Amino acid sequence: MPRMTSLSDAIATHVHDGDTVCMEGFTHLIPFAAGHEVIRQRLRDLTVIRMTPDLIYDQLIGAGCVARLVFSWGGNPGVGSLHRLRDAVENGWPRTLEIEEHSHAAMANAYWAGAAGLPLALFRGYLGSGLSEVNESIRFLDDPFTGERLAAVPAIRPDVTVIHAQRADREGNVLIEGIVGVQKEAALAARRAVVVTVEEVVDDLRAPSHNSVILPGWSVDAIAEAPGGARPSYAHGYYTRDNAFYTEWDAISRDRNRFQEWLTVEVLGGSQ
Amino acid sequence: MSPGYTSEEMMVVTAARQLSNDDTCFVGIGTPSAACNLARLTHSPDITLIYESGTIGTRPEVLPLSIGDGELCETALTTVSVPEMFQYWLQAGRISIGFLGAAQIDRFANINTTVIGDYHHPKVRLPGGGGAPEIASFCEETFVIMPHSARAMVPHVDFVTSFGFGSGGTDRADLGLHTKGPTLVITDLCLMRPDPETKELTVVSLHPGVDRGQVRGATGWDVAFVEDLGETPSPEEDELEVLRDLMDRTAQAHAPGMGGKERE
Repeated sequence: MPRMTSLSDAIATHVHDGDTVCMEGFTHLIPFAAGHEVIRQRLRDLTVIRMTPDLIYDQLIGAGCVARLVFSWGGNPGVGSLHRLRDAVENGWPRTLEIEEHSHAAMANAYWAGAAGLPLALFRGYLGSGLSEVNESIRFLDDPFTGERLAAVPAIRPDVTVIHAQRADREGNVLIEGIVGVQKEAALAARRAVVVTVEEVVDDLRAPSHNSVILPGWSVDAIAEAPGGARPSYAHGYYTRDNAFYTEWDAISRDRNRFQEWLTVEVLGGSQ
Repeated sequence: MSPGYTSEEMMVVTAARQLSNDDTCFVGIGTPSAACNLARLTHSPDITLIYESGTIGTRPEVLPLSIGDGELCETALTTVSVPEMFQYWLQAGRISIGFLGAAQIDRFANINTTVIGDYHHPKVRLPGGGGAPEIASFCEETFVIMPHSARAMVPHVDFVTSFGFGSGGTDRADLGLHTKGPTLVITDLCLMRPDPETKELTVVSLHPGVDRGQVRGATGWDVAFVEDLGETPSPEEDELEVLRDLMDRTAQAHAPGMGGKERE
């Protein structure tokens, strides 16, 4: 059974400088509260993995927490660029950022392989794409049975996976409904710890179907209640995506000073 | 004389007309999403729209800002995990059309959404591939929609994110890709299709009021026109009405103050 704890304790206990951390949620249920806690605890030199870095990693990168980013689509969805990511890649601000870039199909397969305990993922992909020329972890293998040329990438195995879910019960069983993304795979791929923040911890999960508990409590290490913890992304059944904030982020993040002001006021609580 | 519609509307309506009720369409965000939903709201009510967030058979009332807005899930037939989406549905060849946008495309329909300039020292870092490399490879065919400009339509892309026809000819099949690839490019000036032999993108139809010189000026290579060059039919009133309603609803839904509202 996981430890039922506070968000700050969960991050302090399980995430350390230099760790490889995966904070997943495909547009839905992005663990922003946990990301902000990582910034507040001033963790450094992280390798962070996400299919879509989204605003959460734009913020971590801008705050100087990240040494290396593994990703497959680095934009602000429907809006444009992630300017903190761009500033780090194009200008090395606030520090140089190493990137390992994939396609969605590759990362989805690599998470699946990680959860399945396999060393690598094999799939149809990357044929003719320049990504295989700039990313050494993309290789090709010939199927020994048919001879078909398949792409191979190493399984994703983060030290720690952090996800946000709608609910957990007091035994730590975790419920997610709606767009389920890759959270189950990302959680089961973790080597050391799985941290789950939830909208609420409840006596009765009120599971809408027999398939909506995605992680039994015994596969999770820490649960922390964080109501609104996915904002400005959303939690199906609780609140909708704050599309206006995603649009506003373009202007906030474009300018280093404005970003730092935002970070100080909204994340660090004016403490800096 | 003003035609009563914008070049953007012309592009979206033309794109929507390329789809049919029987299509199973993997939808990119932005203009592809507008075109696919316009098709659904006009001539193809039963078209299956699929977004990479895992939503299958979705019928959004407003256009999603992101690929994973809640609206897509709430109105979908079912929502599957992202690994399932890419493994069972896309990779296995169950999707007829991939509908993509592009920052840059070249004369052989290779798409760049990764970087402008050198990969390791980019002038502009673009968002990257996302689902596109495999969408372009494993849908039966791909449609690309993008505004026409010499900066976007280039002789060679700076980076091949999604493979089209390589250097043309049989490059695609030689690589082991047996899908049709990008069969149609819809711009705000014209329609282009790959030449059957060389696979070079060739203009097959000009939009009303557009001449060859305009297309030449907005294309980065010495662009060819088919012999029986057609004129693209202009949008009908009812198509424009449905499109404008959709765009108005969408703008209203994404306006400041509308986001993050409580629902329970």
